Amino acid sequence: MSNFQMNRRGLLKTGAVMGAGMAMPTILTAGSHGGYVNAPTGSTVTLGFNVPQSGPYADEGADELRAYLLAVKHLNGEGDGGMMNTFSSKELKGNGILGREVVYVTGDTQTKSDAARASAQSMIQKDGAVMITGGSSSGVAVAVQALCQEAGIIFMAGLTHSNDTTGKDKKANGFRHFFNSYMSGAALAPVLENAYGNDRVAYHLTADYNWGWTTQESVQAATEAKGWTTVANVLTPLTATDFSSYIAPVLNSGADVLVLNHYGGNMINSLTSAVQFGLRDKLVNDKNFEIVVPLYSRLMARGAGANVKGIYGSTNWHWSLQDDGSKAFVKSFGEEYGFPPSQAAHTVYCQTLLYADACERAGTHNPCGVVEALEGFDFDGLGNGPTHYRAGDHQCFKDVLVVRGKENPTSEFDLLEIVEVTPRAQVEYPVDHPMMGDGNLGTCNPGT
Amino acid sequence: MDAILLQIINGLDKGSAYALIALGLTLIFGTLGVVNFAHGALFMLGAFCAVTFSKILSISQVVIDPTRTDFLGNPLKVNTPYVEVWFGDFGTALLDWSVPLSILMAIPVMILIGIIMERGLIKHFYNRPHADQILVTFGLAIVIQEIVKAFFGANPIPQAAPDAFIGSLDLGVMVGFAENAIIYPYWRLIYFAFSALIIAGVFAFLRFTTFGMVVRAGMADRETVGLLGINIDRRFTIMFGVAAAVAGLAGVMYTPINPPNYHMGMDFLVLSFVVVVVGGMGSLPGAVLAGFLLGVLESLASMPEIKNLFGAIGLPAIDQIIIYLVAVIVLLVRPRGLLGKAGMMEE
Repeated sequence: MSNFQMNRRGLLKTGAVMGAGMAMPTILTAGSHGGYVNAPTGSTVTLGFNVPQSGPYADEGADELRAYLLAVKHLNGEGDGGMMNTFSSKELKGNGILGREVVYVTGDTQTKSDAARASAQSMIQKDGAVMITGGSSSGVAVAVQALCQEAGIIFMAGLTHSNDTTGKDKKANGFRHFFNSYMSGAALAPVLENAYGNDRVAYHLTADYNWGWTTQESVQAATEAKGWTTVANVLTPLTATDFSSYIAPVLNSGADVLVLNHYGGNMINSLTSAVQFGLRDKLVNDKNFEIVVPLYSRLMARGAGANVKGIYGSTNWHWSLQDDGSKAFVKSFGEEYGFPPSQAAHTVYCQTLLYADACERAGTHNPCGVVEALEGFDFDGLGNGPTHYRAGDHQCFKDVLVVRGKENPTSEFDLLEIVEVTPRAQVEYPVDHPMMGDGNLGTCNPGT
Repeated sequence: MDAILLQIINGLDKGSAYALIALGLTLIFGTLGVVNFAHGALFMLGAFCAVTFSKILSISQVVIDPTRTDFLGNPLKVNTPYVEVWFGDFGTALLDWSVPLSILMAIPVMILIGIIMERGLIKHFYNRPHADQILVTFGLAIVIQEIVKAFFGANPIPQAAPDAFIGSLDLGVMVGFAENAIIYPYWRLIYFAFSALIIAGVFAFLRFTTFGMVVRAGMADRETVGLLGINIDRRFTIMFGVAAAVAGLAGVMYTPINPPNYHMGMDFLVLSFVVVVVGGMGSLPGAVLAGFLLGVLESLASMPEIKNLFGAIGLPAIDQIIIYLVAVIVLLVRPRGLLGKAGMMEE
């Protein structure tokens, strides 16, 4: 027999809780008009720039933010227009997006998934952002992308290189312009074969999170396809600072190549340790010992100083490219800020223009309209040559740069030299490639 | 065998950094009874003394070179440090040796910072619970690192060792192993020797000077020493400055090993506290012993063979947990740590 009893106070409390619960869907979609979340109604449209403003990637986040602000200026008709002048699509007129002035809000991801989700949530719910973009980490990108999918908001990923972002964790509302681990492996392997031969023994040190795992898997598969063997893959904690205890065993492992699947501070510290241990001066298996860094960033290379000299890696874009789009962006960014943009700045600038252009072509900010406009979109003039936004996984396909640390840099920005522009065809793969996992893109969510 | 020896050497080297930081922490705890979570920030400030010194030496005159262009196509601005312009090769040598030379700047700066920190903030928390001390010093650490980030940015700033110490020494050949079997970077060996020197210096200072004797007496019975008419507070303040200098010097010499960034203090802080707890709260020899012990264990646990062995029994990330695992075991077997004394934090 039930002993349930309800007094007056309990009834009031229960009623209040139930009322709040029933009103919640209305509160969450309070900004929704026109059949999708945060549909702009006034003379402005709000974009949410979610970048690391504190934490270890704060400098990269700062460069992304600079590029976003430049993109907003150009979209609103200020400045020299940058890559809007070279973009193959001519929908952007410098009058905002769909005639509305572009305004923005910023969030700090702190390079932490929970903090990034909280700031994205705040920008969506409090500030009415119609699109979220940014990030300098794959963990953050995957987390925020999932949030945007649930909330019915478009997510234009920033610097995220893991296969997972458009692989096993792909979402219909998410799009990535940046290249990925698979592409790095596919671009690097032939260059490494040419430079170091096909009889090499590799030792991998891998950051123990999704980006590290997918990068290691991709580079190992690509190099083994060229005849290399892999003697070990050691996972290193993301929080590690002194890599000497991971580098020391390499000395007696029989390996003649060390692949550092590390990024950011990890890359700087592991590369510094490897060079200190004299690995590059060693002769193993009658060959010079070599080091490879699959994903290079100019901002990170600066932290490693002279240790990057002669070391191969890959990058999404570099300011020294001489195509019209790159030159326009470098000029615009350089005159605004006094130094050349990083690859992180380039990709987020492109993503902002691509989103704005998709809205113009779709005639709406409705995520489903934007998704339709971006899926299968072919474009050029944004610095990477002819580029294709694949419908099946929302991954951009374009040329990939293989770079090498410059032996005689002329300035603090002149750290990498382009060794090869790997053609897009060489880095393409099917949507259901085993390395991409069994993710489900799903369908676009307008949020209502 | 050679791989194990190499990891032991590496562990001693890593442990020397832990020991130096833990030594400073223990000095402060043993004298002032303060749990100083800002000690990692002092290590970081020492490293940025080296960065600042290098930046001062690198102040340059700018000359326009019309024959070359920058990334925008404008004539290139060429920077030449004034020390090179004024002193030629000697100036170049100064730049090359900027890290060791920055010790001269770091010692007074760090002592001053330590004294200001103690007099300005920490003395107000002597009689407060340890939880309050932890909160205020942790907050102070965050403030310090944000200030450093505001000035120097978030990215690491590489500091090179002098050219004479770039490269590695083949230790294996000296003791009969094959060539290249046990090689170790010169600068890391210097760091180890430097740490040993500083640790020995601190112990000698406390053991063989009158000042040190008074401090040790104060650590044992502060009240009685005070009743003898000795201003023990002033001596303890100076010890705080000494501890800050020890942490700072550890930071200065660490810069060629890993490029310093504003967060490096936090990276070491937790480990150093584990070292202090394992060594025994308030025990200076304990801190040093635990620093080296945990450094060696951490290095050995990073070997692929050890990782694979523990991976087979369900502990694949043994390198990440070994220090904490050892701490748990030590505290279970010896609750006061390896060389801890009764009474410390037991009230």
